[in-house]
Amino acid sequence: MPNNPSDLILVDQISKYYRVANKQPGFKGTLKHFFDRKTYDVPAVTDISFKITRGEIVGFLGANGAGKTTLLKMMCGLIHPSRGLVDVCGFSPQRRQTAFLKEITLVMGQKQQLIWDLPPMDSLYVNAAVYGLSDYEAKVRINELADMLELGEELTRPVRKLSLGQRMKSEILAALLHKPSVLFLDEPTLGLDVNAQARVRSFLSEYNKITGATILLTSHYMADITALCPRVICIHKGKLFYDGDFDSLANSLSPSREVKVELKNPCSKDQFEKYGEIQDFNDRFICLLVSRDKLTEVVSKLLTDFDIIDLEISDPPIDQLIGDLFIKGEVN
Amino acid sequence: MSFKVIKTLLTTQYAYMLEYRIEIALWALSGVLPFIMFSLWSQNDVGNTFGLNDIGLARYFLSAFLVRQFSVVWVVFSFEEDSLSGRLSPYLLQPLHPLLRYVAAHLAEQATRLPFAIAIAITFFILNPSSFWLPSLPQFFLAYLSTHLAFSIAFLLQSLVAALCFWTEKSSSLERLIFVPYLFLSGLLVPLSAFPSNVLKIAMLTPFPYLINFPARILAGMPVDIFNGFLAQIFWISILIPSVNILWKLGVKRYTAMGA
Repeated sequence: MPNNPSDLILVDQISKYYRVANKQPGFKGTLKHFFDRKTYDVPAVTDISFKITRGEIVGFLGANGAGKTTLLKMMCGLIHPSRGLVDVCGFSPQRRQTAFLKEITLVMGQKQQLIWDLPPMDSLYVNAAVYGLSDYEAKVRINELADMLELGEELTRPVRKLSLGQRMKSEILAALLHKPSVLFLDEPTLGLDVNAQARVRSFLSEYNKITGATILLTSHYMADITALCPRVICIHKGKLFYDGDFDSLANSLSPSREVKVELKNPCSKDQFEKYGEIQDFNDRFICLLVSRDKLTEVVSKLLTDFDIIDLEISDPPIDQLIGDLFIKGEVN
Repeated sequence: MSFKVIKTLLTTQYAYMLEYRIEIALWALSGVLPFIMFSLWSQNDVGNTFGLNDIGLARYFLSAFLVRQFSVVWVVFSFEEDSLSGRLSPYLLQPLHPLLRYVAAHLAEQATRLPFAIAIAITFFILNPSSFWLPSLPQFFLAYLSTHLAFSIAFLLQSLVAALCFWTEKSSSLERLIFVPYLFLSGLLVPLSAFPSNVLKIAMLTPFPYLINFPARILAGMPVDIFNGFLAQIFWISILIPSVNILWKLGVKRYTAMGA
């Protein structure tokens, strides 16, 4: 794979297999499992290659078990690939050299690094010492990030007393204290309410703009991906099947637009069949699916032919489209 | 590792342990096995068989209790829990060896135990006034040093087993392989002087007598080969450090970051 100076991350033909053993139910199965354990390799990731340039925000999409978290773990050096090469910031991640570890951070939505019974501030000062920050540097950095994350006295309250959103923001603060240039975020908004999700998203977007940090993100919330990731990498059963622009993906997934019309006077359903596919209908409301190339023509005809109070054009829900994509595992 | 990291880790872990002071008091109380053994042996009047009178027996078991308080290790259990729950993952991605965090936790816990251990020792002297003694300063210093070395050996031995978590996932069950010989050969149940000479010779080839018996004898002011004792402690540490290091490096390659 040719190396370009602007490429920060190179993943070349990477694969990961996990060795597992199945056990049959019951006593017989237990004995067999104990004396004659049969193990086999399950592929989690197969021959995946891509490059990521400095400052990009890339979303990894895939159903549960698709292999996106495994991929993230290999890129941050937590697990060793079975085959292939990974290069992050010029380092081989699995060697976990100090200089590499100072360049990266990993945030896992459901895992915490903060000490449960102490205030986040204690954990922050441990991290500061581990990463070699002076007390002054640590203080300035904590204040800076706390402002961005809207954290105040929560930092001096025991972690166990914080809400999930406050805890997550504190986790992010702890993970960013050492100014990493690559952020690996595995479901960072998992379990958060809508407002907390929005705050984390706006923080990440601002952090990326201010620091130019590269962000690699997995999330099951499409809002995270649509708000943050111009580029997405889609994985299905351990294989990469799409790597590119998110908008292009959305367009290719949905060649049609939804046209919702509110009528002044009731009309019959059959009057609308020639304009597009009818999604929903009642006397004075209709929702049509219209192909993009006919959209202008159809809208102008509707405005001419009917007495319309309101007209709205939108994309079909992206969650639904991506959900269908995961089932299908390919882009048309 | 800089002094600042050590200081910050220890103060943070101490603050953490103070949150659990009641539990630590109970753990300190749960370490009364040497007193139970003392009571058992003194009631059966077997002190002479061990080459000790009642006062010697009392001092030995009190010393064994104190040494145990400051050399007890549970790294295998914490490590296994962290490994299975995925808490190990962020530790592996920081420029600090994860085992050093457990060392800090143990040292902080020892500091938290100190007042409880002193209180238990005072209670022991109140109940057995004839056994009261204060070790000389050199004795205390040597006992202190050998207890720290005993802690290091115990920690490294358990770390060796803990590193097997990368292969077996439930390595705490393997800890029994260490705990049983530890129980019998360390001097926790009975002073090693009670052993037949051929058993004693074999026992002295293992690291276990240097975990309790050796420091306890120094603290109790009993005759002990100080030079060879320290030499053996240093020998075991110098064997165990590279062993843990090798096993750790091999194991970490197999880490699958379960639960994370």
